[in-house]
Amino acid sequence: MSQDKHLEISHVSIEFPTPKGPFKALDGVNIHITKGEFVSLIGHSGCGKSTVLNIVAGLYQATAGGIILDSKEVDEPGPDRAVVFQNHSLLPWLTAYENVELAVKQVFKGKKSKSEMRDWIVHNLELVHMEHAMHKRPNEISGGMKQRVGIARALAMEPKVLLMDEPFGALDALTRAHMQDSLIEIQARLNNTVIMITHDVDEAVLLSDRIVMMTNGPAATIGEILEVDLPRPRDRIKMANDPRYNYYRSEVLKFLYERQKQPQDKDVPAPADGNKLKTGKTADSKNEEAA
Amino acid sequence: MNTKVMRLPGISQMTLSIYKLKSVNWSEAPKVLFHKLGVPLISILLFLLLWDGVAAHIQTSLGKVPGPVQVWDQATALYQEHQDARKREAKFYERQEKRNAEVLAKNPNAKVEIYPYTGNPTFFDQIETSIITVMTGFLLASLIAIPIGIFCGLSSTIYTALNPIIQTFKPVSPLAWLPIITLIVSAVYVSNDPMFAKSFIVSALTVTLCCMWPTIINTTVGVSSIDKDLVNVSRVLRLNWFTNVYKIVLPSSIPMMFAGLRVSLGIGWMVLIAAEMLAQNPGLGKFVWDEFQNGSSNSLARIMVAVITIGLIGYLLDRLMLLLQRAVSWDKNAVIR
Repeated sequence: MSQDKHLEISHVSIEFPTPKGPFKALDGVNIHITKGEFVSLIGHSGCGKSTVLNIVAGLYQATAGGIILDSKEVDEPGPDRAVVFQNHSLLPWLTAYENVELAVKQVFKGKKSKSEMRDWIVHNLELVHMEHAMHKRPNEISGGMKQRVGIARALAMEPKVLLMDEPFGALDALTRAHMQDSLIEIQARLNNTVIMITHDVDEAVLLSDRIVMMTNGPAATIGEILEVDLPRPRDRIKMANDPRYNYYRSEVLKFLYERQKQPQDKDVPAPADGNKLKTGKTADSKNEEAA
Repeated sequence: MNTKVMRLPGISQMTLSIYKLKSVNWSEAPKVLFHKLGVPLISILLFLLLWDGVAAHIQTSLGKVPGPVQVWDQATALYQEHQDARKREAKFYERQEKRNAEVLAKNPNAKVEIYPYTGNPTFFDQIETSIITVMTGFLLASLIAIPIGIFCGLSSTIYTALNPIIQTFKPVSPLAWLPIITLIVSAVYVSNDPMFAKSFIVSALTVTLCCMWPTIINTTVGVSSIDKDLVNVSRVLRLNWFTNVYKIVLPSSIPMMFAGLRVSLGIGWMVLIAAEMLAQNPGLGKFVWDEFQNGSSNSLARIMVAVITIGLIGYLLDRLMLLLQRAVSWDKNAVIR
């Protein structure tokens, strides 16, 4: 297995059938991701970031091109590409423990004994600091805690690639910062291969090894790729005054707000990406908070 | 008054809390009690008065339409008849046992038998028969309807295939089904020593056929409207068909399914009474029909007792489903009414 070709998103295009004829959402998206790399996808709403993620997850099938994981093409969903959904997607009738258990039982059936499974579930809940609320149902815990359990569930599958679809998009700024710190901590321990979708510039710079900036749809594709060469572990308070951090940040902002202005045409259909438009204001206010 | 006192200066927190305590205990409680108990009681009382007033002015071939008092009298009379019948039954068995004992005392090898009591079913026996019949029909309908609903909800092809059939049969009256079911049961269910009476099977099947549709339709809607994210979770985990249904589909469609089941049971109960009346199957429907044919001066009042009983049992059955829904539902905080 060659290190630099762990995951290939190879010339992926996708068309959605509409009554007015096919709608081309993505056109020739091409990224190679190495093992242990943290890649962020950033772009305006409706640019097809989530569509890319859903194709990697196997939830959508590319019209042209494909996904190659460890030299094998994948075109259907599987636990080797665990997804952390934006809206946690925990089963509301199961406790945090049972939600993780469902995934662990599915992935490790016949590979782990009952007690090993139990230890593994608890271990993953501890990793996201949720061991205290293990036996609570999703409606008994806060939004941030739900997302932690969602991450624990994904990590517990021991995926080759961890896919995160705006994992902290639905959280308030303070909780989001906590969650990002947690993710940095987890990433330092496990060194997973991660693709994360975000529309938060600070989040992208703070967490990523590479930031993939996408052009606006229709027929969206990769506009620019920014290598983030900041030492790890990264500390948000130190980063706030780091000139390199601010340079990367301004590069992303320039791409988003100078070269790719927000789509004027709001009628552009946005399959699988129904998120609200977020402006730079979020990023600015967050920066003040961090400083 | 309450807010006024609170605004007054110089009143300590202590006094305020005592005042609040007082207001909860002494002035709020009767208000709540009145709202929860008094209002329904008053409306029932008004209804009884209206009934009494109107009934006295209508003359039928069986005499005046009975008012609440006559109906109450007949209710107690029916209860008394039931008690008397139970006493007769007990005495009947007592006599047999005594006789058998005497025979055995004379000749220990003698063959003795206990003959079953063959009195007419009382009003309460009819209620029992009706409830057993409706429950059998309803259970059978649920066993058929829930799986069909799940299949229809999971596969749009199956739904498109079955929908015209479901929509066609759904509005058919039980009175139209009854002759068909009677003839088919008579032809197919032939046995020298039948486990169930034919009439029981006919009524139960009529209930089944008429009450499965709401459950099918509601289960279909419940299953097909599962949160798309949860469907994706299931796909990412590659859950097999059974685990997917058991862990994700069923729990999330339980509220809709129960809404359907409750409508189904309500329809089943209504259908049963009609089926019993028309097909001369034992039960409350037959009781009503017999009283109608009987035509005594008490008949109308006795039918009204049956009407109120049918209504109350229907209400109880619905409450029972509600309890069941609470027991199996994962969301204990959901408002179920």
